Amino acid sequence: MGKLKSSYSRRDFLKSTGGVALFVGVSGILPQLVSCSSPEKIKEVLAKHPITAWVKLAENGDITIFNPASEMGQGSMTSLPLLFAEEMDADWSKVSVEFSPQESEIYGSPGWSPGSKLMFTVGSRTTNSYYMTMRQAGAQARYVLLASVSKEWNVPISELSTSKSNVIHEKSDRQIEYGEIVSFLEMPGSLPDFSEDKLKNPKDFEWVGKKINRTDIPEKVNGKAKFSIDIRLPDMVYGVIERGNLHGSKPTLLNETQVLASRGVLKLISLEYGIGIIASTLEDALATKKILSIDWSNSKASSHNSQEIYSEYEKIASRTTQGQILEEKGNVKQAKKIASKTYQADFKNDYIYHAQMEPLNAVVKVSEDLSAAEVWVGSQQGFDTKLGVPAILGIDPEKVTVHLQYLGGGFGRRSMNDFVEECATLAKEMAPLPVKLIWTREDDLTYGAYRPLSLQRIEANTDQDGNLSGFSHMVVGDGGNLVASGTNNSHYNIPNQFVEWREASNGIRLKHWRSVGHGPNKFAIECMLDEIAHDQGKDPIQFRKGLLSNSPRALATIEKVEQISNWNTPTESGRAKGVAFVEHGSLGSGVCEISVDRESGKINVHNFWVALDAGVIVHPDNVKAQMEGGIMMGISSALKEQITIIDGKVQQSNFHDYQLLRMEDIPDLIETELIASDTHPEGVGETATPMVACAIANAFLALTGKRLRHLPFTPERVLEVLKS
Amino acid sequence: MPNYKLEINEKTYKVAVAEGTSLLWVIREHLGLTGTKYGCGIAQCGACTIHVDNVPMRACVLQVENFSDGQKIKTIEGLAENSDHPLQKAWIEAQAPQCGYCQSGQIMQAAALLNENPNPSRAEIKSKMNGILCRCGTYLRIIKAIEIAASNEITSKG
Repeated sequence: MGKLKSSYSRRDFLKSTGGVALFVGVSGILPQLVSCSSPEKIKEVLAKHPITAWVKLAENGDITIFNPASEMGQGSMTSLPLLFAEEMDADWSKVSVEFSPQESEIYGSPGWSPGSKLMFTVGSRTTNSYYMTMRQAGAQARYVLLASVSKEWNVPISELSTSKSNVIHEKSDRQIEYGEIVSFLEMPGSLPDFSEDKLKNPKDFEWVGKKINRTDIPEKVNGKAKFSIDIRLPDMVYGVIERGNLHGSKPTLLNETQVLASRGVLKLISLEYGIGIIASTLEDALATKKILSIDWSNSKASSHNSQEIYSEYEKIASRTTQGQILEEKGNVKQAKKIASKTYQADFKNDYIYHAQMEPLNAVVKVSEDLSAAEVWVGSQQGFDTKLGVPAILGIDPEKVTVHLQYLGGGFGRRSMNDFVEECATLAKEMAPLPVKLIWTREDDLTYGAYRPLSLQRIEANTDQDGNLSGFSHMVVGDGGNLVASGTNNSHYNIPNQFVEWREASNGIRLKHWRSVGHGPNKFAIECMLDEIAHDQGKDPIQFRKGLLSNSPRALATIEKVEQISNWNTPTESGRAKGVAFVEHGSLGSGVCEISVDRESGKINVHNFWVALDAGVIVHPDNVKAQMEGGIMMGISSALKEQITIIDGKVQQSNFHDYQLLRMEDIPDLIETELIASDTHPEGVGETATPMVACAIANAFLALTGKRLRHLPFTPERVLEVLKS
Repeated sequence: MPNYKLEINEKTYKVAVAEGTSLLWVIREHLGLTGTKYGCGIAQCGACTIHVDNVPMRACVLQVENFSDGQKIKTIEGLAENSDHPLQKAWIEAQAPQCGYCQSGQIMQAAALLNENPNPSRAEIKSKMNGILCRCGTYLRIIKAIEIAASNEITSKG
């Protein structure tokens, strides 16, 4: 089993003795080998090139593979090294894993623009974007080993094969373990270009696709896994910031003298939107935060009322002026004109919060002369791998070293650098003392960056044969892609489609929240499909099968979920099933089985079945874990989670009034069926979550004949709908 | 600054902190036992669950001065030598954690549950574990891990 080593740094790299670093898998820089037992030689190479090693190989056969992606629970610490080890033909039991340095030119995967490289753990792109990068680098490492043995034994490379960290020459019945090659390892003059057809055929994978234990789990069950909140450095001081509960408001501190006299306080730092306190202990910093007397200015958000804004959004939706057109296929107007029936409904969703379990935090140490900095942080990385710190300090990016730590949840929130920049701002004032900035849960929730509130207006038409002929989808809300993504219906055979976004702007902080626009938009789309099927007296799965007839892979997921959920077997009395289809890179269909307590309005989700086609499945048990976690987060957000805002002020502050799904309310079963495929892997982290709200609403429609169109489905809302 | 003597994981620690300081900050920031996590500060998430005289408690709402009278405090670091507590082994077998941040609290709560009831029903597990939040949604695997540990222990004890 692969295992973990402590996090990687240039210093550790220099200290390591024995073995060889294979400088491979780097475009633009010639691959080279460096003996790790010669620190001078390493220094020399490092002076010329940045650290470029993907792998270290020791004489005893130990192999260290570097993971370039964040580990926020999605399993990158296992799946990416596994791909490398697979092509290297490494013995996985000898593999350990470390985080790579944060250098996107070297360790980035292909970015969104051609030729660009990116270290950015977002959009379920980890495995999808690194699939070829890791395999090619692993294949190059294997080639270096083969070429060295070929030369040493004086046999053609074509006669050599590899298996479980051994190079084998069958003709002469010889084999040699990778570690034993280190003593005569040398870099061939050139490396072949490993295009996909030169790599293993997925059906020959030895480790990929098998049951493999995650490398990070042993240290996550004994308290040793390090998150940035766990970092402690000599002379470290603590920072907290009061940001208020009105986004964008500016503070005026009214009791500075009193605050400065508070126990342990070292410094006050004014930010545009908050007051920072540095103290020698965390408890002193937190106690001082409570005595701040602050006059808060009005802000753009001051007039915002989250539950009243929907009537404004309805007006925006009814305006004749069009918004931004996102998709136009055929002619929906014409389809409407000749339609035999038109369906229209508005779907709404309130703000929700990330609620990652580790509140935001970072540790930054700025050098005394302010010319360099070290950062310890759990981050989803970004376009700037130095996370905004160079700009805060006015120094070159090379002068900032980021030590990536485990993330205690990301879900999109840690793809924002606000908390890292804040910590750098505080640390600059305290240089050379390291500063640990901690957001309390209240800070994290109240000054969160939410999934936007939005309204989805769907208008659908059927022709005289009952076929879905037109589908118009209008999104009203703030945040562009945050609300407008996930509207794609290309798998459905609907000849006329139209999608538009109409902007609203309320001054509330917003950010990608697991599955982003797919959550609200799939909710609207999939519920509308069931409303039509219901009206036509058709079975929702049969109805979708018709719509997916031109998309065989999507269709297969519906057929599979129909089978594993025993869709056609009647449920026990008082229960009903609902279905939804979601594309988010991977294709998934989900079925839930629910009941409703008609006294309290509480919805119970009893079972959930998922059928998924995600291309090559690198780490099946982990993909299942992503489905399970995605469904749980979907249930939590669909039934419980809600941020409300009155006069711009966020009304919730912690887990007592922002409820998450707890163990007593989970389904009895979540079953995932993975459909075999040998196509390029697609992301799996955000496919399950958006299924949930629509599957629940569709089951609710089947059970009660009533429509749930406003997220979350709190008991009060459910009772209201039942009474309607 | 008053001095407090704390018995943690069968070791005696001395710490000088202000009266009223949260036991969580003492354990994590002053003593460096960072396996116990901060999640909410108001005993709603359970990430900071420790044992005090074998009873599971939320360290974030405890004040240091009330726990320096020889009470035996146990954190995840002291749950088992070599990290081989039946629950830790079962947690690996079930591949329970994702991000891992809540898992110390989950395991400490589960350990207290099994101490009290070595063979809990699923309903009992849910009810006793209900106070510990997991945002990654690993709940089903946590239940599985507790059931594995319980059944292994019963088997090994004949």
